[in-house]
Amino acid sequence: MGTVQVKPVVRHKQGLWEKSYIPEIAKGLKITMQHFFRNLSPIKENRTIFTRLYPEEVTVYPERFRGLHRLMLRNDGQVRCVACMCCSTICPANCIHIEAAEHDDPSVEKYPRVFVIDELRCIVCGLCVEACPCDAIRMDTGVHVHPYIDRGDAFLDRDLLMELGTLSMAVQGGER
Amino acid sequence: MPDIVINLIKIVCIVFGFVLGLASLMTLLGDRKQSALIQNRVGPNRARILGLPFVLLGIPHFIADGIKMVLKENIVPDGAHKGLHMIAPALVFMPALLGWVGLPFMDLYCDGTVTVDVNTWREVCTGTQQNYFQIMQMNAGLLFAFAIASVSVYGAAIAGWASNSNYSLIGGLRSSAQMISYEVTMALSLAGIIMIFGTLDLNEMVRQQGYLMGGWLPKWGIVVQPLAFFIFFLAGMAETKRAPFDLPEGESEIVAGYITEYSSMKFAIMQLGEYAATVFIGALIAVLFLGGWQVPFLFADGFYFGTTHLAMPGAGVEILGTNLAYLIVIALRIGSMCIKTVILVWLQFMMRWTLPRFRYDQVMVLGWKILLPLSLANLVVTAFVLAIF
Repeated sequence: MGTVQVKPVVRHKQGLWEKSYIPEIAKGLKITMQHFFRNLSPIKENRTIFTRLYPEEVTVYPERFRGLHRLMLRNDGQVRCVACMCCSTICPANCIHIEAAEHDDPSVEKYPRVFVIDELRCIVCGLCVEACPCDAIRMDTGVHVHPYIDRGDAFLDRDLLMELGTLSMAVQGGER
Repeated sequence: MPDIVINLIKIVCIVFGFVLGLASLMTLLGDRKQSALIQNRVGPNRARILGLPFVLLGIPHFIADGIKMVLKENIVPDGAHKGLHMIAPALVFMPALLGWVGLPFMDLYCDGTVTVDVNTWREVCTGTQQNYFQIMQMNAGLLFAFAIASVSVYGAAIAGWASNSNYSLIGGLRSSAQMISYEVTMALSLAGIIMIFGTLDLNEMVRQQGYLMGGWLPKWGIVVQPLAFFIFFLAGMAETKRAPFDLPEGESEIVAGYITEYSSMKFAIMQLGEYAATVFIGALIAVLFLGGWQVPFLFADGFYFGTTHLAMPGAGVEILGTNLAYLIVIALRIGSMCIKTVILVWLQFMMRWTLPRFRYDQVMVLGWKILLPLSLANLVVTAFVLAIF
């Protein structure tokens, strides 16, 4: 049997001041009243209520907020993706499915015949955007992933993803 | 108008308009909104009337609550005494309303002209006096208020006994013990006030509180009896069974105390009775200690701040103040009484959200060992001072 470790705790002795309660109650009242009147103030910044009244007050997202994916476009409106499989390779959730096909234009070589993202599997890590060598996939739409009624609705295909797409500033192709 | 019509109008205005209006508003604004602000929350703000885009401080929530309470099933537990179980909420609720009989909202209305005697501060009425602002003129109004307040013990005790539940029984016992203990203190703390004003008529007490001491200090109860004010405030809060004295319904220990077995509108009546009692105690404190309907330095013919000697020697004395019409004075005085009551109720709610609940033995120690001796000492000192001077 080991010895019992006893840690003596120093008791805070109440003096007459604290025992009479009145000054301590007044102190407490002061704090609650401060809160009360501060939160009554007409100027919103002065209040300390942190609740956001959600549907009325829209949340301002940070600039790098990762929302729904989108596929960027070439200058002629075709999909920018070259089906290099970088994103589907790095995706930790395995949610990107790409089937490559040969493009008619010899300077493009490959394009994704099928490009499907399962938004329910996506963990919104943003690694696909990091991995993409030609700025073809982005997550900067600011759109939440919708609630889907059917599980199949969550498979966003290429054309759907391209609807949100725009032109990229990056020059594609370069010299051979 | 016949007297009975006037009486009915007074009862409706005071009891239903002021007391129940304030009490039910307090259930929402005081209990939910105020606590929310103190705790950095928003409070109820979603319910709307007919989908209109106004939240009105969350008042629609209160209306929705009322409708919900009325529509809910009324459950009487097996083995409960049906009759007593039904009567108990009324016994809790009624005293809180009956007590208002003696409380004045204004002095007697004067038909003729009112003049103020500057030396004694008495208001002299030349015509007949009509009792328009007090339900009943009683020369023992204070005693009546206390008698009625004591009756409310029965409601809680019967509710606890009739429910056939151990929690309810403990709650009922706690509430009767607590209320009986604090009533002693309440009455004793007021003995000093009664000695000073020499009357039990609440209106006469308020009238005397308008007199100026030394020509500038209103003779309010809080000025002449500051200790009694604190004692009475504390005992009054204990009397209403609200936090920090809400042991009869201590949620953490005995579910909801004597209202455990009540549902639907019976529960709502119990709750409303507590709030009405809070308003009643607030009004009683206002009448006894804060000058009731008196506005400082306001007399029946206007404000009066004292006299000043004119700069020129021999020019006489100038009276500082303004003359006001009698009707304006009446409005100011009624407003003053209402505002004082609201502020005192607000203060009770602040206390409620500031202090944690007492332990039961602490409540008894506070009542019997601290407040009772203090009120006795206050009584003795007051008696000596009055006897000497």
